[in-house]
Amino acid sequence: MTTQYILFFSLALIAVVSALGMLFSRNAVYSALYLVLNFATTAVFFLLLHAPFIAIAQVSVYTGAIMVLFLFVIMLLGAERIGPQQAITWQRPVAAILGLVLLVEVGYILLTQFGFIPPGTDEIAGSFGSPETVGFSLFTSYLLPFEITSVLLLVAIIGAIVLTKVERNADQERK
Amino acid sequence: MLPVYYYVGLSAILFVIGALGVLIRRNAIVIFMSVELMLNAANLVFVAYARYYQSMEGQIFVFFVMTVAAAEVAVGLALIVAIFKAKHSINIDQINTLKG
Repeated sequence: MTTQYILFFSLALIAVVSALGMLFSRNAVYSALYLVLNFATTAVFFLLLHAPFIAIAQVSVYTGAIMVLFLFVIMLLGAERIGPQQAITWQRPVAAILGLVLLVEVGYILLTQFGFIPPGTDEIAGSFGSPETVGFSLFTSYLLPFEITSVLLLVAIIGAIVLTKVERNADQERK
Repeated sequence: MLPVYYYVGLSAILFVIGALGVLIRRNAIVIFMSVELMLNAANLVFVAYARYYQSMEGQIFVFFVMTVAAAEVAVGLALIVAIFKAKHSINIDQINTLKG
């Protein structure tokens, strides 16, 4: 039990520090790399919570595909730094206050409501969260949402192609 | 397992950092990354409660959240590239007209 606590709090520290690093990095490439670290720690949390398949999907989809796409676009645009020009001055303090208010609200709810929830059991079925169980759920009770997901991805692909293609045609017509 | 509110608390902190990123940062790409961080915080709560109630529904929902996140990133980054071509900037303070 003690190892679980040590593991949780060290990982939580890494997750929060990397999230703050993402927030305060001047350079967008550093922000992306901090976010990769954050996603990797979240994948370890998923492993701790008996979700090995989700953890691997997290690493391959988020840290693999999505963050590579982010880094690719950052480097394509050469937009890793933007200057502090014409920033709205009152925005930062207001944002900090609002964020603090949100955190205090959540903390209040956690402290007043969640104390009554009993801790979960330690024993768990060996197949919980395994690829077989996830796949069985996904292809039986959640088949329709799964199919709709494919339509969503198709729309996203078409959208991405159309958004970048139209611009290129307009350039050629101008020339 | 650890008490589930540890995970809820951690997720809340990560979500607030993501929300602050959307409010504070001016770089459109970093704002997108903050949105990803918030989605990830939500995923953490889903998986924590799936473990707590020993039901697969939470883990299945994480898959759908990941799919929506992937679609959102693909379209969003295409939008950012298109905006950069038109305005030569991704500072959202300079993207203040809808005329393009």
